[in-house]
Amino acid sequence: MSAPASQPLDPMIPRQFRIEEAFAEVGSGEVYSWRLSPLDGEPLRFAPGQFNMLYQFGIGEVPISISGDAEAAGLVHTLRAVGGVTKAMQKLEAGEVIGVRGPFGTAWPVAEAEGQDLVLVAGGIGLAPLRPAVYCALRHRDRFNRVFLLYGTRQPEDILFREELEHWRAQLDLDVYVTVDRGGPGWHGNVGVVTKLIARGGFDPANTVAMACGPEVMMRFAVMALQKHGVAAERIYVSMERNMKCAIGYCGHCQYGPHFICKDGPVFRFDTLQPIFDVREL
Amino acid sequence: MSTPAILDRKDFDSLLGALRDRGHEVIGPRVRDGAIVYDTVDTAADLPEGWTDEHEGGHYRLKPRTDKALFGYVVGPTSWKKFLFPPQQTVFRATRVDGQLRFEPGVVDDHPRAFLGVRSCELHALAIQDKVFMAGPYADTTYQQRRESVFIIAVNCVEAGATCFCVSMDTGPAVGAGHDLALTEVINAREHYFLVEAGSNRGAELLAAVPHRGATEQEINAARGGVAQAAESMGRKLETEDIRALLLGNLDHPHWDEVADRCLSCANCTLVCPTCFCSSVEDSTSLDGGEAEHTRHWDSCFNQDFSYIAGGSVRASTASRYRQWLTHKLATWYDQFDSSGCVGCGSCITWCPVGIDITAEVAAIRASDQRRGDR
Ligand SMILES: Cc1cc2nc3c(=O)[nH]c(=O)nc-3n(C[C@H](O)[C@H](O)[C@H](O)COP(=O)(O)OP(=O)(O)OC[C@H]3O[C@@H](n4cnc5c(N)ncnc54)[C@H](O)[C@@H]3O)c2cc1C
Ligand code: SF4
Ligand code: SF4
Ligand code: FES
Repeated sequence: MSAPASQPLDPMIPRQFRIEEAFAEVGSGEVYSWRLSPLDGEPLRFAPGQFNMLYQFGIGEVPISISGDAEAAGLVHTLRAVGGVTKAMQKLEAGEVIGVRGPFGTAWPVAEAEGQDLVLVAGGIGLAPLRPAVYCALRHRDRFNRVFLLYGTRQPEDILFREELEHWRAQLDLDVYVTVDRGGPGWHGNVGVVTKLIARGGFDPANTVAMACGPEVMMRFAVMALQKHGVAAERIYVSMERNMKCAIGYCGHCQYGPHFICKDGPVFRFDTLQPIFDVREL
Repeated sequence: MSTPAILDRKDFDSLLGALRDRGHEVIGPRVRDGAIVYDTVDTAADLPEGWTDEHEGGHYRLKPRTDKALFGYVVGPTSWKKFLFPPQQTVFRATRVDGQLRFEPGVVDDHPRAFLGVRSCELHALAIQDKVFMAGPYADTTYQQRRESVFIIAVNCVEAGATCFCVSMDTGPAVGAGHDLALTEVINAREHYFLVEAGSNRGAELLAAVPHRGATEQEINAARGGVAQAAESMGRKLETEDIRALLLGNLDHPHWDEVADRCLSCANCTLVCPTCFCSSVEDSTSLDGGEAEHTRHWDSCFNQDFSYIAGGSVRASTASRYRQWLTHKLATWYDQFDSSGCVGCGSCITWCPVGIDITAEVAAIRASDQRRGDR
């Protein structure tokens, strides 16, 4: 699952992609997804966990993880409308053309979990960058022992990819647990933070590979819970987020201690971050 | 290195002429607005003859010299980086045509340039930026294009400035590598000449086209003596022993807050620093909305927005930003690029409005080391 460079010579120049389909994932489109296709016909091959820089004409460029299936046709991104660029992008419709640079960054080492338990921990929009890993595990289900997807989000209305989650949950060979911070009428599922789902266990810590993606605080607690449960730091992977302006290692924005998150990450094996993970404002 | 030659002061213009004949725009030191800056130089008369610069923390002043040295100053506020990594450049222009986007890369001004008067610390800074921008996995093709055509005439320092500490950083004052020609200026009551040494074939070819003669042992010794004197008279010192571990072990040291009480977070230090490479991008559209521009400009880790992600800046406090700057220069740079990010030019000390001194801040942390060993 390597990602051959499908970039033009100058890595700062985007390729054109057409939005084939734009749809709301949450509410009236606070979170939305796009299915994109390249105008030049050459598919963008990627590995789960990698991201692209998406450019809207005259508005700006943002790093967004790829949320689709690496082994299926089409490029899928899932975005949360939070600010200048992502809110402008929210208004784009099918048929419109955007710029795409990528793929960039390190991938979820799904193959490393073969023959072992795979534990995926997602918080909020963090489920989007992890979804390609879920697809990968499902496509090659026989290669893994137990596969867990532990997902926490704010409230029931914010649950991302709900239909898919329900479908996966119905599958007998995938353990899907969802929890919300705040329940509400009509919610009979788990309430509380995602770390509670980790504490329940069910996986064999010495033979587990865990991958976490979500807000930094959530990952902090998820890692603590995993470690407390006996999963070693070398078996835990996290996806980090920092401001990014180039994605190719020279704008300096994504630095996190010695690391450039755009090229050394976003996916890091936790033991490489452990010495600095508790430093504030790094 | 080739056998040293002598270029007489009176023949200096022929050196500039030979560079121009080879199609180079010569960029060198000039006096402008009370400072020595790097800009186009046509003849030796444009050079800061008879001027020197006085440096101290938060202090810079030009002063007349008692002699007519051409390179009798140290370093000015503008490093060479602005020619290879311009403060502002167009990454691409996008136009909308029939529902599609057309991307046009920005035009790169890569006409051949000659840098005249590059100091040893600055040469090291160039080598560092070469690594940052060209070592990959992706290269900054615009930097690469500009860099490839640069001809470098270095100048050995025979006097050190009060904020210099290249000896500590092992980056000077003697020019080592990376140049085409290296000059050492010798001036006294009787004579004024340059010891010239070629550092490349291109350099040797250029020298051959300029009036020169072989150097006597005495002339060579006079030049080397000047450089040795500069090494002896460094204004500052930085103890680099174990520096990476020292700084990364002290990320929680109270001294960061102490510096933050003085630091204005003005970003001057990163702008004058010859190795700082950070940039940001901005987008704009033409009035009719038909054309958009994606521009890249210098940015600094001292700017609050630099580390903005949803909800706020990661480095919200001045202490965390100063810590990022200093630990990047002197510690994490080793992890990233296998060298220090500081060449000891002292510019950040001179141009800090409140005179914050990188050498003194490191010394303060060293003096009260609270190291945590695992970083
Ligand atoms: C590797 C990576 C993968 C990401 N994947 C996704 C994804 O799959 N889906 C998704 O919705 N979001 C994702 N994000 C976050 C997304 O990039 C930001 O939400 C987006 O940049 C916000 O831009 P804006 O102009 O809409 O917001 P504004 O708040 O207006 O942004 C202002 C500036 O800050 C930067 N910025 C703001 N928030 C972030 C942030 N969280 N991370 C990085 N830069 C930020 C912007 O790029 C912009 O330069 C990812 C971020 C990174 C680094
Ligand atoms: S940190 Fe200061 S002394 Fe070091 S290279 Fe930069 S400007 Fe020069
Ligand atoms: S010190 Fe700051 S501005 Fe300079 S290269 Fe490092 S992060 Fe960028
Ligand atoms: S995003 Fe520019 S260096 Fe990483």
